[in-house]
Amino acid sequence: MDGEEEKMTEKFKRPDGRKPDELRPMSAKVGVVPNADGSAMFSFGDTIAIAAVYGPKELHPRNQRDPEKGTLRCNYSMLSFSVSERIRPGPSRRSMEISKITEWALEPVLLIDRYENTVIDVHINIIQANASTRCAGINAAILALAHAGIPMKNLVTSVSIGKLNKNIVADLSKEEEDWEEGEGATDIPITMTPNGELTHIQLDGKITDKQLKEAIELARKVSKEIYALQKKTLKEACQNVEDEE
Amino acid sequence: MWRMKNKMLTANITGERIKQYLAKGKRFDGRKLDEFRDIEIETGISKHAEGSARVKIGKTEVLVGIKMDTAAPYPDSPDKGNLMVTAELLPLSSRRFESGPPKFEAVEIGRIVDRIIRESKFIELEKLCIKEGEKVWNIFIDIYSINDDGNLLDAAAIGALIALKQAKIPKYDEKKEKVIYGEWTNNKIPLSKDIPISTTIHKIGDSFLVDPTREEEDISETRVTIGRSGETIHSMQKGEKQFLKIEEFYKVLEISEKMWRDIFKKLDKFLK
Amino acid sequence: MSERKIIVPGEVIVSGDEYLPGEGTEKDGKDVIALRYGIAEESNKLVKVIPLSGTYMARRGNVIIGKVIDITFNGWMIDIGTAEGGFLSLMEVPRYVDKNGLDEVMDIGDMLVAKIVGITKRGIDLTIKMRGLGKIEEGMIMKINPNKVPRVIGKEGSMINIIKEGTGSNITVGQNGLIWIKGDTIESELNSKEAINFVAEKSYVKGLTEELKAWMEKKKK
Repeated sequence: MDGEEEKMTEKFKRPDGRKPDELRPMSAKVGVVPNADGSAMFSFGDTIAIAAVYGPKELHPRNQRDPEKGTLRCNYSMLSFSVSERIRPGPSRRSMEISKITEWALEPVLLIDRYENTVIDVHINIIQANASTRCAGINAAILALAHAGIPMKNLVTSVSIGKLNKNIVADLSKEEEDWEEGEGATDIPITMTPNGELTHIQLDGKITDKQLKEAIELARKVSKEIYALQKKTLKEACQNVEDEE
Repeated sequence: MWRMKNKMLTANITGERIKQYLAKGKRFDGRKLDEFRDIEIETGISKHAEGSARVKIGKTEVLVGIKMDTAAPYPDSPDKGNLMVTAELLPLSSRRFESGPPKFEAVEIGRIVDRIIRESKFIELEKLCIKEGEKVWNIFIDIYSINDDGNLLDAAAIGALIALKQAKIPKYDEKKEKVIYGEWTNNKIPLSKDIPISTTIHKIGDSFLVDPTREEEDISETRVTIGRSGETIHSMQKGEKQFLKIEEFYKVLEISEKMWRDIFKKLDKFLK
Repeated sequence: MSERKIIVPGEVIVSGDEYLPGEGTEKDGKDVIALRYGIAEESNKLVKVIPLSGTYMARRGNVIIGKVIDITFNGWMIDIGTAEGGFLSLMEVPRYVDKNGLDEVMDIGDMLVAKIVGITKRGIDLTIKMRGLGKIEEGMIMKINPNKVPRVIGKEGSMINIIKEGTGSNITVGQNGLIWIKGDTIESELNSKEAINFVAEKSYVKGLTEELKAWMEKKKK
């Protein structure tokens, strides 16, 4: 980094005062929808997502059944009042894309070969949005899937890494998404397993290869915190586990 | 599809047991026939909303949010704001609900809640005029089911009531003629003093009950949803397929009056 | 490995060449890794995960409780809570059934206790040809998480017997988590339901048998 760049990063402050590698306070809980086979809530600061899993169950129509394995079907949607300007009810192109991205982010870890001809439905709703909604949704979804007893190789953690002008930061807020100084904001939502296997990555903005690598390493680092919370949430849901007589 | 519907309905023999028990004036969870489950309320559950509430009746849960925007008024009411109520039965909330265009159940909830709020003139729409003939406030009430264990209808109506009571009007930039979302005035939505509460009374066999669980609602033969503010009735809808004798209907009216008083008491601290 | 512990998928349960990967686990090098959310336990070096959740997985020989959801020309389609449906052929009923009178024997919405005799790609084949199986005429049906069924039954029926004796009800527990309760009074049926929920909700608490006995004593008063 040259002298000028150094000065810029020194002066750099995130709008809410967080350090570059600092996530917003997170919270998570399972069992929030009693009717579901598995369910969970996950939040990054003000962004709150809930997910519910129904399945494995019969898939209709029959012609969509996969005879070799189970089908994962994700449905992401934001509540109308989750954002400043009301979202008209109904699917949008954005929510369709995020639904598919979510499926792709989750499927690599799921072991659903022996559930042929069935479907596992994952419904994700955003109650309150302050950016990183798809990441919160994925984190809630994997918890709900584990809670529902779906076999899987590992959990996955999802987080948005951003570049604000030239600074790489973790867990973008809406204010940061709208950053306009210098090179503006680059938004990189990333999902990976605790073993560093990527299942999802997207990018919007302007970034060099070197900076992108820095971003991914930051994702790897902060993912540990998210994983720790997910693990804790699942373990605490089943208290008083002691030896059977 | 018909198989899937049969799969999910309560079993015949359980339905029989429910009826037998009701005939003795009892219910599985020990409640009286005219008793609601515990009602839990939380307000301000979604900060971008002008007002919001989470209502839990037993295990049934709904979220209601209020959003406002400005627009030209309707030609036949140039000095009045507008109300629109929508309900969505989220697939998240029950294996019986699927993604897709709204089914009738969701439409009915939206319309019934709209009716009680509109007919009771709970929202003073004339006070939501910014410039006559040109600009008025629109109020959107959006209701979402989070878990269905019966009686989403009444939970939705309570949620709308509480969310409205709590809602604040956003700031409005008169020069730019735009709403400044995220910043609110200290003014609440202008509401009348009388509190409209909607409750549904169900008939099973010869028994009348309120606030059915999912199992009870599955065997409900007919139901009447009545919206009141105290002694005044503002809205009514009879649903499902069986007869209701006129004498039975009068009994239903009596029960609805008692329910208004009971629920009013329960909601007391949220209605101040 | 000394204690049972709650495990999440992807976690290493125990490490060592001597351990063998049982149900719900896989071995990666020396590590035995959990593939499900549940309780990991080891006995004789075999490590497995007991799931806390998940839909019922049908097994031949299981006695289950199901609901008739459709009638075909030669049998009844039965929902037993699995993705693939159950089927009871009219040949698997212990009496003659007229081809035109299937609905008189059992109609849509009726419940039955059946045994799984076969699992094929088409579905799950059932029979009611044995003692203790057949249409359920009256009583109450409740549902618990199928993973809690072993706990509710208890070692050699110890837990469920406490409930049966304490409430005076007949109780049939389906492996699929559906339970049929028939008592002399509706109160005794509801007491059984409450007791079963009590056990299912506290399934991993130590000393549950004693707790249940104490709770039932209190209820009697």
